[in-house]
Amino acid sequence: MSKAIQKITGTGVPVRGNDIDTDRVIPARFMKCITFEGLGQYAFYDVRFEADGSLKDHPFNDERYAGASILIVNKNFGCGSSREHAPQALQKFGVSAVVGESFAEIFSGNCTVMGIPAVTADAEAIESIMAAVESDPRGEITIDLDAQAVTVGRSRIATSMPSPQRLALLNGTWDSTSVLLENRALIEATARAIPYPNNFA
Amino acid sequence: MAQTLFDKVWDMHTVATLDSGQDQLFIGLHLIHEVTSPQAFQMLRERGLSILYPERTFATVDHIVPTDSQARPFKDALAEEMMQAIEDNTREMGVKFFGLDSDSQGIVHVIGPELGLTQPGMTIACGDSHTSTHGAFGAIAFGIGTSQIRDVLASQTLAMSRPKVRRITIDGALNAGVYSKDIILRIIAELGVNGGIGYAYEFAGSAIEALEMEARMSICNMSIEGGARVGYINPDDTTFEYLRGRPYAPKNFDDAVRVWRGIASDAGAEVADHVALDAGSIEPMVTWGINPGHAVGVSGEMPRVADLSEDEQEGARLAYQHMGLGEGDPIRGTSIDVAFIGSCTNSRISDLREAAKVVRGHRVAPGVRALVVPGSKQVLRQAVDEGLDQVFRDAGFEWRDAGCSMCLAMNPDKLEGRERCASSSNRNFIGRQGSPTGRTLLMSPAMVAAAALKGEVADVREMTS
Repeated sequence: MSKAIQKITGTGVPVRGNDIDTDRVIPARFMKCITFEGLGQYAFYDVRFEADGSLKDHPFNDERYAGASILIVNKNFGCGSSREHAPQALQKFGVSAVVGESFAEIFSGNCTVMGIPAVTADAEAIESIMAAVESDPRGEITIDLDAQAVTVGRSRIATSMPSPQRLALLNGTWDSTSVLLENRALIEATARAIPYPNNFA
Repeated sequence: MAQTLFDKVWDMHTVATLDSGQDQLFIGLHLIHEVTSPQAFQMLRERGLSILYPERTFATVDHIVPTDSQARPFKDALAEEMMQAIEDNTREMGVKFFGLDSDSQGIVHVIGPELGLTQPGMTIACGDSHTSTHGAFGAIAFGIGTSQIRDVLASQTLAMSRPKVRRITIDGALNAGVYSKDIILRIIAELGVNGGIGYAYEFAGSAIEALEMEARMSICNMSIEGGARVGYINPDDTTFEYLRGRPYAPKNFDDAVRVWRGIASDAGAEVADHVALDAGSIEPMVTWGINPGHAVGVSGEMPRVADLSEDEQEGARLAYQHMGLGEGDPIRGTSIDVAFIGSCTNSRISDLREAAKVVRGHRVAPGVRALVVPGSKQVLRQAVDEGLDQVFRDAGFEWRDAGCSMCLAMNPDKLEGRERCASSSNRNFIGRQGSPTGRTLLMSPAMVAAAALKGEVADVREMTS
């Protein structure tokens, strides 16, 4: 069993924009590796650094958001490549939850299996969270998966998450391998039942 | 009750419903490549697990493979390390590996169908978003992350949420010079890059039925660009004839065909949503921006930001700034520096034939760097047999070995600086082709060929009469 995840508390970092793809989260050239260690430094690399290594204007470079663990985004975040290197880079940078208007499915699936809640809220709610974080970057944010709400300062905002993903996090079954292997007999029965003509013989 | 192919295949592979409410889905065929698999093998070892059904996983190398010289060790030490990792992992764990010494090596989504591994009614997973390609055969195929690769290796199953089905019907006949790439780019332009979230796309209608298998693969390949993790086409005689005689095709082929016919969507099967498009209204498409939904017909003008929905405006402004193009201007005539024909979307023999028809007897425009990268060693051999390599070389194209090449530039093939590239690949994201300031215009292989000859975006319909 993995750890049950009910509440995540921390400060926030807003990264504005719709359709931020996983190539932008981590450019492909940093995927030439055989472990995920050390990927944190490459998160958002090409929008954080100029070719000469000097800093660009990006929230991940902004000292006001140093130490933030809750990433706040807009629509269709994580679209494109299935690379788990993207949420791995974010996690290793310090992100432990993402709040957005919507997520690409492979990205949110990767987040769940890594134990990173990816919760959604409507556009107005996201704007209010982003504005609150921008005006008070040290303000505490709490994501409560049980209550399905985000608390920012004194305001409490309703969030949603597909029920199976939410329960997997709440039940501590998000690290799915052992849960799946519990059904070994059923797996074997399915393998026998599917009508594959010659099973790759 | 009448059922869709999606429902039949999903139900057939459902092992159990987990306490979370997710379905535990059996994965009939698992494909792996060198970029997203090494960490999964590492996780297996850390947990003391082995592969439950090693005979259901097949491996190849494509992303990091150089396409100019494949001599070992690779010049790039990191690429060589990844290459050795997949060689060691597949050998130790008993997985069939189509490496560089195999006649069958190539882009994973090209070789699966080519070998006959991809078959109707299967569930297929691969740590690559373009796994949707295999849906062209009436399989339910989707991309997964590395932790999910671990799950498939360990249990041959995944914890999945069931999507709804949206049927996209395209009736009528395509005009000359219009290809399946144009169909999918038009669909994404209409429904948006996030329109497919939560859906599996079923592509149907007379225009789809008229397509050959390779053209069908290009459509399903880019389902994910429209936000749909799964895209599929019901299997028919075209599907079966493609598979007949391939190395992994069933030996009892006629029995298999009887099973496969039964898994197609039943007449009258209900779907959650339905969209229709007239094939005759589709033009050759070209992207002007930084996601695959930023596309217009080649005779059209790039949209004015003010005319777009509020949601799209900020992305469009960023796109125009990055691309150095002007809103309201025609896309035709946009100059290019590089022309790339390749990728899991469009690197198959039919793609090369169509591009070669445009190129034959002409020369690449001065100053344009043009390359053709076959999707697999098998495509390469076929093209050489047909003399297509010579057609491209005579015109000034570089002719390369099989691999992903400049689609994502994890190998030496990259854009330099602000180069603008006419590309038959699938993603025009900022930096996708290897230069953070590089610029990509997506289009069909024939349109890339036309752009290579003219040095600018051109209408292929005026060049092939």
